[in-house]
Amino acid sequence: MMSLAVDITYFLTAFIFIYGLKQMSSPVTARGGIVIAGIAMLAATLITFGVPQIHLELNINMVLMLAAIAAGSAVAYISAKRVEMTNMPQMIAMYNGMGGGAAAAIAAVELVKLASGGASHGMVIQVLAVLGAVIGAVSFSGSLVAFAKLQGLMRKTLHLPLHQFVNLGLFAAVCVTGYWVATAHPVDPDHLLWFFAIAVVLGVLVTLPIGGADMPVVISLFNALTGLAVAFEGFVLNNAAMIIAGTVVGSSGTLLTQLMAKAMNRSLANVLFSGFGSAGGAAVAEDIEGSMKEIQAQDAAIMMAYAENVIIVPGYGMAVAQAQHKLKEMEDLLEERGVNVKYAIHPVAGRMPGHMNVLLAEAGVEYDKIYDLEEINPSFPQADVALVIGANDVVNPVARTNPDSPIYGMPILDADKAQNVIVIKRGQGAGFSGIENHLFYADNTRMFYGDGQKAVGELIAGIKQLQG
Amino acid sequence: MIEGFTALYIFMLAAFTGYEVISRVPVILHTPLMSGSYFVHGIVLVGAMIALGHAEGTLELAIGFFAVVLAAGNAVGGYVATVRMLEMFKSSKEGK
Repeated sequence: MMSLAVDITYFLTAFIFIYGLKQMSSPVTARGGIVIAGIAMLAATLITFGVPQIHLELNINMVLMLAAIAAGSAVAYISAKRVEMTNMPQMIAMYNGMGGGAAAAIAAVELVKLASGGASHGMVIQVLAVLGAVIGAVSFSGSLVAFAKLQGLMRKTLHLPLHQFVNLGLFAAVCVTGYWVATAHPVDPDHLLWFFAIAVVLGVLVTLPIGGADMPVVISLFNALTGLAVAFEGFVLNNAAMIIAGTVVGSSGTLLTQLMAKAMNRSLANVLFSGFGSAGGAAVAEDIEGSMKEIQAQDAAIMMAYAENVIIVPGYGMAVAQAQHKLKEMEDLLEERGVNVKYAIHPVAGRMPGHMNVLLAEAGVEYDKIYDLEEINPSFPQADVALVIGANDVVNPVARTNPDSPIYGMPILDADKAQNVIVIKRGQGAGFSGIENHLFYADNTRMFYGDGQKAVGELIAGIKQLQG
Repeated sequence: MIEGFTALYIFMLAAFTGYEVISRVPVILHTPLMSGSYFVHGIVLVGAMIALGHAEGTLELAIGFFAVVLAAGNAVGGYVATVRMLEMFKSSKEGK
């Protein structure tokens, strides 16, 4: 009777997860989607106390279980409530890593059972446990490194000598020890220990050389991997809810990873195996026509206040300067004057696809004023002013014009096609890719130097003066 | 008991489902969606509970405890973060 209730609950959980994810594909229903998924998760957790492997009595296992659930939930709840939106991507990476670690730990429990003479459930199950273990462990340690990097705890990218060969060696070592563990019965405890240790180190070393701007792709990849690990452990534990939920995340995460890599015009292999700039990054000294022309706040304010259409292009610099609230304030002022304001977001702006949208939403910008690349590009020629704030490579026209450029072919926002371009920028340096931005030298571009938040504040003051 | 090919069929169908469900999502929702799918693999909590539930001996108990802590963190953290982000999305047609 109990087992039927368990099966029904798991079935409904799997159904609701998929339905919830589906709901999340529209901003209108998204919130409802996550809430019912949350209810399903709660139900699945509660019903799990009824499975045969868990004895409903107050033994040591039960005490530990309740303590662990309380501890894990409390820490995660508090951290998720407190984290600032700018730091959300690394927090999400952390939760993902925890899932991977949990999958690996489940495999560890099952494999330790085999090492201490427990009955084998057959070779296939043992192989799946090992696969889930290595994928989960890599996702766990890799996500921790990703967290440290995005949080700024680890500024530099680290290259060992012959880094790719070291990784290759470790990968081979994981395969060999994994093979030993998967095929032996009973499992040798030493092999098991080495297997997990090497898998964790591999995750660290794979992630270390990857630069901060590529991190979103990596985090998304680890998401897919964790899903896969969960699915594999689902097979081991004979749990359909885990198999389905894990697989759905695994495949959707893979798709998301591909979309992201495509938006950056790079293959996944390229992100993983070559640091940006190390491949053919010799900066070509090129002649750029024109010069950078500076503009003062008052002039920029006038330009925008008397415009009909303004498109704002925010980039990572806006997030760093926390300028989203000021931007919203300026948008309101401009709209009072009858200016039509839109936001254009490049797929890889910010630290994660959609991160900019979250930040703008935090400031109260309505989502139907935010456009992505394909929607907004045809509107730039009609825009009187394109205001670029903290974005650089994603508006660099050489991606369209110069086949020799490392970013050639990357889809960009056509800000240069607007009548006038105002670029708010901290200094005169090149972007993340180290490539000179021809947009900054264009005849219709004016540079407005300063910290994003302060600069927009000055623009607001300027616009207010016109009304006064 | 889910065996052999049945398991493989479930795996294949779930994989296509995941792919299809995500393929029509607008970019503006990618971050909450990613965080939402992180939450979904928080179902690993169920497995961690089972693993800890039938753990025997100190080592297994310790690893099982570790698994449940991490899994609970994954599920709760993923949920709270996702809801926080989605709550901020407003349309100009509503609430003004």
